[in-house]
Amino acid sequence: MGKNGMGMSDREKTSEKPSKLSACQGSKEEATKTYATVLRGADDEANAGRREDPAAFQTAKLGIWCFLATEVLLFGALFTAYTIFRVKDPQMFHSEYLKLNRIFGAVNTVVLICSSLTVALGIAAIRQGKQRMLRVCLILTIILAAVFLGVKYAEYSEHIARGELPGTNNFFSLYYMLTGLHAIHVCGGMIALSIMLVLAWKGKFSAEYHNPVEITGLYWHFVDLVWIYLFPLLYLIG
Amino acid sequence: MTAYRTYIIVWIALLVLTVLTWGISYINLGMGNVAVALLIASIKASLVALFFMHLRYENRLVWGFALVPLMFLALIIFGTLSDTLFRK
Repeated sequence: MGKNGMGMSDREKTSEKPSKLSACQGSKEEATKTYATVLRGADDEANAGRREDPAAFQTAKLGIWCFLATEVLLFGALFTAYTIFRVKDPQMFHSEYLKLNRIFGAVNTVVLICSSLTVALGIAAIRQGKQRMLRVCLILTIILAAVFLGVKYAEYSEHIARGELPGTNNFFSLYYMLTGLHAIHVCGGMIALSIMLVLAWKGKFSAEYHNPVEITGLYWHFVDLVWIYLFPLLYLIG
Repeated sequence: MTAYRTYIIVWIALLVLTVLTWGISYINLGMGNVAVALLIASIKASLVALFFMHLRYENRLVWGFALVPLMFLALIIFGTLSDTLFRK
């Protein structure tokens, strides 16, 4: 049926016709199975142990991607402001960006990339039913998120001590808005991950059911994604 | 390839690209710095989206949900630029 499960060659179509008809005339289980195969795509690993309705996972995924779409536009508005400021006043960027601590920025980038890895490993583990590894990975992710926030705190302290406040100039206004909004998202992600950890500790997740962890993982990867763009745009290019 | 191995390899690639973007930022390429930084950031973002977020294995509907917002992002950025660039 192909990777995405929706495309079929003409040859398949003509030979498929009688069986498609029979699927319609067949039992409800057959119809559900056909529908499920269409929905699955090629992510067999994700669906390996699932007992549940496969539509539930697809629906949850679409839901979180929908939310991430709104987040893209949320940060997108600030990135638009960044673009306009850069085009209108490049000199400000040339001089101000040097005031940012790029070592802290780089450390934060590495920390978030590692946290993305740990949450992905955790999800891969629970897909195989490994509950303990999921718990360990969730704890590691939360610790790394806390490290990120700690470094941000150190950075902000440095800036405020030097008098570089949100009201100082447009660059710092943008810097505080972007990194501040991102830090709030990291906080929210930490809360979600902690809830997942509590549920995982109670043994609520298994190879058959772990949708919430998958969804939280997707959100966390998005938080990492935003930082991957923020780091060079604010810290590295002048 | 097991999932764990894929993730570790992608993780190493992300770290290498981070070092790369850090290093290139010290070379003065003028406007090229912006382009290269955005390019490397986009490659990293694609790696995260394709492998960590499993987009590689998803069907067209999920791809649509993931890509259409980027089109809207391009719209808002270029739309706003088209206004402010031509103001006095």
